[in-house]
Amino acid sequence: MFQLFHKVNLDWLGYRKFFILLSTTIMLAGLASALTRHALPGGTEAFNLGIDFKGGTVVTADFKQRPSAEEIRDRLHSTGISDPIIQPVTDKPGEVLIRLPKLESDENANAEESQVVVGRKKVEDALTAFGTEVGVNDPFPGEGNAFKIVGTDAVGAVAGAALRNQAVAVTLLALVGILLYIAFRFEWTYGAAAVIAVFHDVLITLGFFSIFQFEVNLTVIAALLTLVGFSVNDTIVVFDRIRENLRMHRRSTLYDVTNDSINQTLSRTIITSGLVFLSVLAMVLFGGEVLRGFSLALLIGIVFGTYSSIAIASPIMVWWQQRIEAGGRAQAAPAGTRGGGGARQRQTSGQGGAKANAAAR
Amino acid sequence: MKKNLLQRIIIIALVTLAALWVVIGPRHKPAAKDFTLAGLNDTLRQNIHLGLDLRGGSHLVMQVQVPDYLKRVTENVANGVQTVARDAGYNVKSVRPEINGNSYRVVLEAEDNSKIQEMREQLPNKVNDLGSNVWQSSASGNTVTWEMLDRAKDELGTRATKDALKIIDTRINAIGVAEPTLQEHGAANSHQILLQMPGMSDPERVKKLIGEQSRLELMKVVGPNNPAPIQTYPTEEAAIASLGGKVPQNRRVIPYDERNEPTTAGEQPAPKPGEPKSWIVVESPAIVDGSELRSADAVQASPTGGDEGYHINFTLKPTGAQKFGTWTGQNVGAYMAVVLNDRARSAPFIKSQITDSGQITGNFSKDSANDLALTLRSGALPAKLVYLEERTVGPSLGQDSIRAGVTACLVGLFLVILTMVVYYRWSGINAVVALLLNTILTLAGLIIFDATLTLPGIAGILLGIGMAVDSNVLIFERIREEMHGGKTVPAAIDTGFARAFVTIIDTHVTTIISSLFLFVFGTGPIRGFAVTLVLGLVANLFTAVFVSRTIFMWELSRKQKRVGASGITLSI
Repeated sequence: MFQLFHKVNLDWLGYRKFFILLSTTIMLAGLASALTRHALPGGTEAFNLGIDFKGGTVVTADFKQRPSAEEIRDRLHSTGISDPIIQPVTDKPGEVLIRLPKLESDENANAEESQVVVGRKKVEDALTAFGTEVGVNDPFPGEGNAFKIVGTDAVGAVAGAALRNQAVAVTLLALVGILLYIAFRFEWTYGAAAVIAVFHDVLITLGFFSIFQFEVNLTVIAALLTLVGFSVNDTIVVFDRIRENLRMHRRSTLYDVTNDSINQTLSRTIITSGLVFLSVLAMVLFGGEVLRGFSLALLIGIVFGTYSSIAIASPIMVWWQQRIEAGGRAQAAPAGTRGGGGARQRQTSGQGGAKANAAAR
Repeated sequence: MKKNLLQRIIIIALVTLAALWVVIGPRHKPAAKDFTLAGLNDTLRQNIHLGLDLRGGSHLVMQVQVPDYLKRVTENVANGVQTVARDAGYNVKSVRPEINGNSYRVVLEAEDNSKIQEMREQLPNKVNDLGSNVWQSSASGNTVTWEMLDRAKDELGTRATKDALKIIDTRINAIGVAEPTLQEHGAANSHQILLQMPGMSDPERVKKLIGEQSRLELMKVVGPNNPAPIQTYPTEEAAIASLGGKVPQNRRVIPYDERNEPTTAGEQPAPKPGEPKSWIVVESPAIVDGSELRSADAVQASPTGGDEGYHINFTLKPTGAQKFGTWTGQNVGAYMAVVLNDRARSAPFIKSQITDSGQITGNFSKDSANDLALTLRSGALPAKLVYLEERTVGPSLGQDSIRAGVTACLVGLFLVILTMVVYYRWSGINAVVALLLNTILTLAGLIIFDATLTLPGIAGILLGIGMAVDSNVLIFERIREEMHGGKTVPAAIDTGFARAFVTIIDTHVTTIISSLFLFVFGTGPIRGFAVTLVLGLVANLFTAVFVSRTIFMWELSRKQKRVGASGITLSI
């Protein structure tokens, strides 16, 4: 049979310091990007928030002959739109996305409305300089240039903020749900470790979005939530194996059992992650402009979601479990009782033995 | 074993056929053409509800301006208190609405404090909307104050939203929007309304029609009766000056478009900026208002009038007609203003008693007269609406998105299948069967629950496929491991499935939990994504565990016949 990882025997937990250093570095880079961008006057925002979250207007226009981005920008400038972003659609020769920044709001409800009402109208008026406007289902006329508005997206600033808050709240709720389920199925330390790993993945992905200024829109939130599911999924596969091995090999330490479990599931981890990576790559390449943010977030997330199950969730769980055992022993010894925790104490006989074990290899 | 296998195969066959029928079966008596490729494609499109982002259309989110509504309620109550208190013979000096930030009050000031308590107790029984469930009353000296309760504000807001929903529904139905979705939107007490109109790529007319505030009032003009000409003032200032420099509670100054004024073609019924020719003073409150309307119709003034020259004829409901009849009977010779949106359209004098009908004149175009009649019929919106979101997707953009999504799915599926077959050989085919069945079941679930397929929904299907592959990989890896450990093939398969099953349950339940949160609390794209993902995961519990297992069992039983139980090999 064709097999990639047969009988792997690596001391994953031995590299934990390196892993944690690596993760911290990447996270700090993301944080630095967000903070400096935020702090620098005149710089970009921490995140390139799409209109879903910031408010604004995107008009998609289809030209018979597309004018250059500069021409469109100049034209919009002269009609009083200060900072339009003109983005020609790569795979369609006539189409162009015109992003209008949030219109000045004077802190009243009408600003919401003007955002939505004015955006499309202004662009339509400005574009008539290039040719006549035709209905969206009508063909272009034979002579002269013409355009049609094929799509509009306009979101008021307040609605955008509400969507953003809702997305964050939903994610946190989902995490609490996950924590409770894992705590119920395993131990609460396992749940906490899995959730910490998920935070790690989300933060790193967001860091990438800040560094490279990819646009963050609603679909990116959907991707982050998928990533949460995927990362936890990956972590549970390892934890499940640890639980099973702990039952079968009562004499081994938690440290060794965890290493073995990671090694045993490695083949599955690589194949699954590789396959999901392939399908997401297909989405990045063929999924079109609308799904771009979604698939990019997932692509980054899958790599780090897989990495974090091995490099973050497992070491944290082992470290935490050992601390609890140590605390339990310290309390139990003076009282002279050996309660139900006895069996587990044997399993996690401390790090000294584990290190010796690793050295012996 | 044998019987068990047969049962399993029958169950799988039935589920597969049922799902296939749901997905590509026609919803009418099948004809021969339904089984051609084009026919199947058509049925598929009919069966699956495509979201607006895929089929094109427009998506509007609006918000009812509740403070606007509360202000109007407060003013109406103040008017009501004034009328009722005067009719009851109380010595009332003034009644005024006091609106300050988020506080809404009606303050009644009496000439003396002798009947303050009586008014405080009696008036709520006689005035609409002055119940103690809405207002908290207090009295001191010679004033009574009613203050709106906080919880009542939410309730009134909800009422305004529900009323607005009904009115919007009437209006969009009247102009024939196809398959609209109209519902409350967002969190409770956010007072938002979602309107989706498939196939509509320029919602301007609909927006205009919805936002139209057609408020009709019939009001008495202050001034001498006919035959003297109507009392008008050249400017607003002059009109106010005639009232002593300040407009009292029971008067209003409004612009007046004199009759026979030359109007431009296609004049809009909404008030236009720009100076009117003159101003008039009218008595407030109105004799009757738009809420008393029974019908309103656009009629052509003269048969040869062309497209312009439309009027609106209206009739009143019995209660309104009674009020109107009494008033016109008592005020023969007085001028009465027909006020539309705070602008007097005409001011005829009363020749004799009129009971239940009237006319709004003005050179309306056919469309504007029809829209105006419609907005009058459907009643006034309870409050102003603002648009929070407007998204339109042209049909071509939607088509492109479908193509992109489907291409991504097919390429992804192809890569996955290729890898599975190369890596797991014959058993890989087993996984491929499970994957395809999973996709069909997900689509069937989508149709059964009448859910809408959106672009993020396609992404959810893709992720579901990813999870399905994962389940198969988990199982196969485990079987391999057990075989390495020296188990016979049937034993390895048994243990492999049993062990992997625990993990599959844990991973699926966690993802389903997080997707449910998305489904319940998320909106729009997030929700569309959650629906297909949950369906895919549930389908996967069946395909990865049950179907995949059955295929292995079938393979084993075939080989067992040839080589006997001990010599079985497995291509994995």
